[in-house]
Amino acid sequence: MSNVEIVNGNELVAEAAIAAGCRFYAGYPITPSSEIPEHLSKRMPEVGGVFMQFEDEIASVIAAIGASYAGYKSMTATSGPGLSLKQEGLGLACMMELPLVVVDVMRGGPSTGLPTRVSQADYMQARWGTHGDHMIIALAPSTLIETYTETIRAFNLAEKYRTPVLLLTDAVLAHLHGRVEIPDISNFEIIERTQPTVPPEEFYPYDVERFGMVPPLPNKENWRKFKFHMTGLNKDKTGFPTVDSKKVEEDEERMINKIMHNIKDIESFEYYMVDDADLLVIAYGTNATAARVAIDEARAKGIKVGMFRPITVWPFPETQVYDLSKKFKKIIVSEINLGQMLYEVQRAVKGNSEIFTVLLAAGVPIRPQQILEKIEEVSK
Amino acid sequence: MSVDYSKYLRMDKLPLYWCPGCGNGTVLKALLTAIDELGWENNDIAMVSGIGCSARGPGYVNFHTFHTLHGRAVPAATAIKMCHPDMHVVVFSGDGDMTAIGGNHFIHACRRNIDITLIIVDNWIYGMTGGQYSPLTPTGTKASTMPRGNIDPTFDVVELAKGAGATFVARGSVAEPVILKNYIKKALEHKGTSVVDALSNCHIQWGRRNKFGDPVKLVDYIKSVTISQAKAAKLSKEELEGKYITGIFVDDSTKKEYTQSYKELIEKAQAKA
Repeated sequence: MSNVEIVNGNELVAEAAIAAGCRFYAGYPITPSSEIPEHLSKRMPEVGGVFMQFEDEIASVIAAIGASYAGYKSMTATSGPGLSLKQEGLGLACMMELPLVVVDVMRGGPSTGLPTRVSQADYMQARWGTHGDHMIIALAPSTLIETYTETIRAFNLAEKYRTPVLLLTDAVLAHLHGRVEIPDISNFEIIERTQPTVPPEEFYPYDVERFGMVPPLPNKENWRKFKFHMTGLNKDKTGFPTVDSKKVEEDEERMINKIMHNIKDIESFEYYMVDDADLLVIAYGTNATAARVAIDEARAKGIKVGMFRPITVWPFPETQVYDLSKKFKKIIVSEINLGQMLYEVQRAVKGNSEIFTVLLAAGVPIRPQQILEKIEEVSK
Repeated sequence: MSVDYSKYLRMDKLPLYWCPGCGNGTVLKALLTAIDELGWENNDIAMVSGIGCSARGPGYVNFHTFHTLHGRAVPAATAIKMCHPDMHVVVFSGDGDMTAIGGNHFIHACRRNIDITLIIVDNWIYGMTGGQYSPLTPTGTKASTMPRGNIDPTFDVVELAKGAGATFVARGSVAEPVILKNYIKKALEHKGTSVVDALSNCHIQWGRRNKFGDPVKLVDYIKSVTISQAKAAKLSKEELEGKYITGIFVDDSTKKEYTQSYKELIEKAQAKA
């Protein structure tokens, strides 16, 4: 790609994946994610990577996990129904601690819902869709350029913490065409999984005693030398199954802590006109763009309103929201669903703030006017 | 010539998790013997499984081993082969794993003709979960979820694999382990998707419900219901009712292998780029 391109969000995800070093893509056709596989089917062979369209969503996520085991940076992309099908695989990647990027281009639901229309209704599915205790990282870009940069960050976090990372875009962002200055990739830090320094016979895939919370994992160049076992069963440091309750407890807690203890590195958010504000809007993804317009218009009318925008939407930025709750008596939560992040905000404010909502599940974006009306109503 | 199995086994993982006399050990031995005869190095082999008794097999061998989800061994194996086309990739899984929950992946791997070997340890039952019937449980026999006898018709895995496009298809049994080893060896050597239906004994979960609780009796029974292709050719359809024909049914090297096709695709894309 040359420097300035007319592109859509899906193409940016695909191009950023390649820039981040992704060399394995497996997917299954689903609207509105289709331009991601279409673009990668062209680009992957050019860079010597693997593109495969599988027989179903499940095979796609498992193949991406298999490729990650084999040392490759890998990705799959889908939309709501497909994410439902991939959930068992997502849990496998959590348990095996394999880096993986799963793109979910959100559309209406439940079920087939509104395949071509926008929603943010997979917010909770992203967090709790797979069974069992686990932690997940999910990123929600809000603009075209952020779609590119957050895809790169998704790969970096996946590699750094050996975990699946979800990229939550939506039908609007996916199909929004715009002029985008593609950043020079050399300006980005591209993170690779830490490589083993021990001889192959001393290597264990979960050797946390020697190498800390996120132990090394062979990349594609080194993989062949290191024979190791991985399973979806609870495992010990060697990668083999264990039912030792102490080991299981430690491992379950570590898998969550490796993310929560590094939350400063993983969290990402934006404060927009918050400093002098006395009313706060919390919004993310595409919907934050509408909220920004509403805030600008409200400001023009003299209403002091600001926005807190989580970019890392999981883990939920509860410390930040709690701190904001001490300052703001009233908070408006807006999202393109019937209230999902709302639960997290309600939990995080610990009763400090009164919560108002602008929610919509109708297959269309929330208009800035709707958010503005709520701002005006609440600020009276 | 005796084989030093300690070269292939993770000796610290023994004893096996399987019940005494289980056919999984016989099939695994046939696989390791075939690998030994081929002279393959451990580092060049990946063994992948789904869920079930036989799916524990990879845990015992000193290869690259990957124990995935129920039914999902084949897409994982496909990915590993695509990432490292010069590796030997083997799937070792049961009849339920491969032909029920993993059935879609099974037929599509056969269709693609990717160079992986799929060994189905076909013991007619879900052993680990307690003897429920699988798509390969013989009709009329008992299972924990068919206490009055199985009313489901079975797949003929050989016909299924053939129809789906596998370029090597064989059936052997634990009753004739040397012949089974030879089939597995040919399957491993074959460049393309190879399928070996390895009839095996689960005397605990299938056997005890069907008057074959003794492993030797069950292996003898398996022998009595199998018949070689040559002998089968002389029998009528009626005479073959309830028999499992053993042999090599497909051995076709003319169809292009998938990683080769993908390699050519890369060359084409890079020449243009």
